Amino acid sequence: MSDFPRWKYALVALMMLFGVIYALPNAFIPVPAVQVSANRGAPPVDQALRQKVIDALQKQKVAFGEVLVEGDNLLATFADTDVQKSGSDAIKAALGDTYTVAFKLQSTVPAWLSMIGARSMPLGLDLQGGVHFLMQVDQNDVIDKQESSYADDIRSLLRDKKIRYESVARNSVRGKGVAVVLRSEDDRSKASDTIANEYTDLLVSNGPSTGDRFVLNAVIKPDKLRDIARGAITQNLQTLRNRINALGVSEPLIQQQGDSHIVVDLAGVQDPTEAKKLIGTVATLEYRPGIGHPGDPQAQEAAKTGNVPPDANLYYMRGSGLPVLVSKKVIVTGKELVDASSGIDQQSGTPKVDVTLNAAGARKMSEFTNANVGKPMAVVYVERVTETKMVDGKEVRVPKITESVINDANIASPFSRQFQTTGLGSPKEASDLALLLKGGAFAAPVDIIEEGVIGSSMGADNIDKGFKSVMLGLALVLLAAAVYYKLFGLVADIALFFNLVILVAVMSLIGVTLTMPGIAGIVLTLGMAIDANVLICERVREELRNGSTPHASIHAGYEKAWSTILDANVTHLIAALALTTMGTGAIKGFGITLMIGISTSLFTSVTLTHAFTAAIHGHRKLKTLSV
Amino acid sequence: MEIFNHDSNIHFLGMRKYTVSLAILLMIGSIVLIATRGLNYGLDFTGGVSMLVNYDQPVEIADVRGALAKGGFGDAVVQSLGGTREVSIRFQAKDDPEAIQANGTVNLDRVSADVMEKLHAARPDAKLKSRDFVSAQVGAELKATGTWAALFVILGIMAYLWIRFERRFALAAVATEIHDTLVTLGVIALVQREFDMTVLASVLAVIGYSINDKVVVFDRIRELFRLARKAEPEEILNRSINNTLSRTIITSLFTGITMAAMWLLGGPAVHGFAITMLIGIVVGTLSSIFVASPILLWLGVSKKDLMPVTRDNPELARRP
Repeated sequence: MSDFPRWKYALVALMMLFGVIYALPNAFIPVPAVQVSANRGAPPVDQALRQKVIDALQKQKVAFGEVLVEGDNLLATFADTDVQKSGSDAIKAALGDTYTVAFKLQSTVPAWLSMIGARSMPLGLDLQGGVHFLMQVDQNDVIDKQESSYADDIRSLLRDKKIRYESVARNSVRGKGVAVVLRSEDDRSKASDTIANEYTDLLVSNGPSTGDRFVLNAVIKPDKLRDIARGAITQNLQTLRNRINALGVSEPLIQQQGDSHIVVDLAGVQDPTEAKKLIGTVATLEYRPGIGHPGDPQAQEAAKTGNVPPDANLYYMRGSGLPVLVSKKVIVTGKELVDASSGIDQQSGTPKVDVTLNAAGARKMSEFTNANVGKPMAVVYVERVTETKMVDGKEVRVPKITESVINDANIASPFSRQFQTTGLGSPKEASDLALLLKGGAFAAPVDIIEEGVIGSSMGADNIDKGFKSVMLGLALVLLAAAVYYKLFGLVADIALFFNLVILVAVMSLIGVTLTMPGIAGIVLTLGMAIDANVLICERVREELRNGSTPHASIHAGYEKAWSTILDANVTHLIAALALTTMGTGAIKGFGITLMIGISTSLFTSVTLTHAFTAAIHGHRKLKTLSV
Repeated sequence: MEIFNHDSNIHFLGMRKYTVSLAILLMIGSIVLIATRGLNYGLDFTGGVSMLVNYDQPVEIADVRGALAKGGFGDAVVQSLGGTREVSIRFQAKDDPEAIQANGTVNLDRVSADVMEKLHAARPDAKLKSRDFVSAQVGAELKATGTWAALFVILGIMAYLWIRFERRFALAAVATEIHDTLVTLGVIALVQREFDMTVLASVLAVIGYSINDKVVVFDRIRELFRLARKAEPEEILNRSINNTLSRTIITSLFTGITMAAMWLLGGPAVHGFAITMLIGIVVGTLSSIFVASPILLWLGVSKKDLMPVTRDNPELARRP
């Protein structure tokens, strides 16, 4: 009697099983925890450390769940986020900065589920609280730097090849490359060949020539420009990752968005100030020869009159504010730095930063210090902040570079690879500087253009509201379908329920981050998934009215409704696809949920209900249908 | 149970002069509204600072506005977020010149502290719940991608219907689609509902929803054309609308129920989304019944355009 093939029953059963298993992890609510991991050079995480943490928590009377060592990390669980906060403070105070202490949500999913790859959906910031930054990468600066460096390179290349030139300068328009002015046609063609051979990334062409000025334009090839831009973003992402890891946030989300934006979502962080300071600052150190000493007559004179020697810069000491003259020659910069760590200088008792240089930096440092024992060396701290000003109603960004000297002292003895910088204001400042130096420099300056803080209580509130609205929506539709379509409505209800389950399972498996708009997508999917069943039920009713037998009606109902359902869903899928292409996180999450929902509903509303209908009516003789 | 008489034969196409005129009027009205009143763009689009504030006791919006105006935030937009104890406050960063840092960026901590101080002066039970800062630039990009996304949807759907059905169906669907989108936006402009990112998502979802409705009717039209021996287009279109009427309304009700649930319980984050969706469902349902088919008739749909491709096979065509 039934024309429903057996393999389809098996498929339906398998999908239902799959849905239940892979949706299950979401039922296990993770507990707030604090994760401790060892920094470089610190003793490894072991039982002794565990005891230390337990003691610290007991001493501060912080109630904790359990403290356990998991691989390289130590985990302490707490009842709620408030206790988690005080627990973290207590642990941080006890362990100092040799360990990184981070907030974490510890999964409570049973091991057997994790084994088969089942996991719960990660929650978006709007559902668990945290801070969100959207950063813009200033690509213009990268192009500027690249063009300037090509101008320098071309100059020295022409000098090496003994080609006489009038001038080599960047064109005033960004991206238009370098203009080389030569004195004769002959020189120009020589220069053109030389440059094109040496720098294959440059496109060399003759410019307009007047009288004895022969212009040659060298423009960076578009491919190369794209590579540079991409490289800048990649390096910035890496730098951000390094810095944020140092901040001690577990599972941060750091993603590229579009061509020039980076999203940073830090779950569990409630105070954005600290995070912002660390991720937004572009800081680097420069080691330069000092001229005289801070506040000496020469420097005072320069500060008063403004007559600074041509080979020197006038800076002010951080803290004391004394003027100091520093040579323009840079010995080593932060780029040549491999590692930096903070501590207290045993001799002076002041905070210090221990610095390790790479081979090239070490060689330069060794050369300089060997030749200059007893002479001063200054450490210049360069911080770049980008100002946003309103000029004629438009936002204009102006980079502002703050330079100050944090240390200027005589070189006691030659050194090369490892040395220390003292003279920092506080241990905090020393550890911040170490983090910044270690995190590396940004390849291109970044600005924070969007910032949000969501309290953890608000996140919990949103989850609660989202859950309730899903449940109410589902309950109402289930009820309405059962009332209106009776038995067929009940079958549709089963399908709708499993649609929710399979949708959640697929989202969890792919690892879609659940957000409030995502929940809205789930609710909308549930509302629209029933449409296929409405189509089928209406069709079956029609067939019955036209005098078909019950079995024939079921058969024709499904067959005729199928093409409509397919067309309707494909067009809907096109709309959902457009939503996922929208760069912004919230809309994207909604679109992805909708897309998965449409696909799963196609299966549950048609195949799954057909299986149930066939199983119920299959081998019985029917006079009527309950539809 | 049946709500709709399955034998219903309302002459929908008979009223096409009125319904299409009304649709055109609504569209023009919406365009005028959007052009004159404009959409009340939210923080996502305009840039600025947004804060959510909770009160222990119920609070009047007017009192919050008053407290802010006294403190120099007179331009702030204050909205209730459902319930009487939670308000959203939005304003441009320049309203608080002291919080604009030396380097030009906004000190979010400072802004929120300033605003909370003003609110506390009037009502000590005010509590800061969350705060956001968005640059205007984000909004400009969002508008651009939003427009592209809408175009992509409309063209994609048109291409699909062109292939699966026929040119006239694609055109009729897209025309109705544009009507639905415009009227939905028009209503949002009329009530000055805040237009933020979730509302934009919702408008795009409305396009998806309403096309769903049209496709169901179109599918029936195609089927009836192919079945009917003598196919009078007006008669066929009318029968198709009547045959699918029950489905059109039931589905709208079901989807409407879930959106109403979300509107009731989902909280401020999805409030705008649910409302826009509800508006879109009403508009989309009405246009499926009253607008799409008249356009199709006007474009001159006929039986021979919809027959399965026998034309390519002269053998088949020659048979009686």
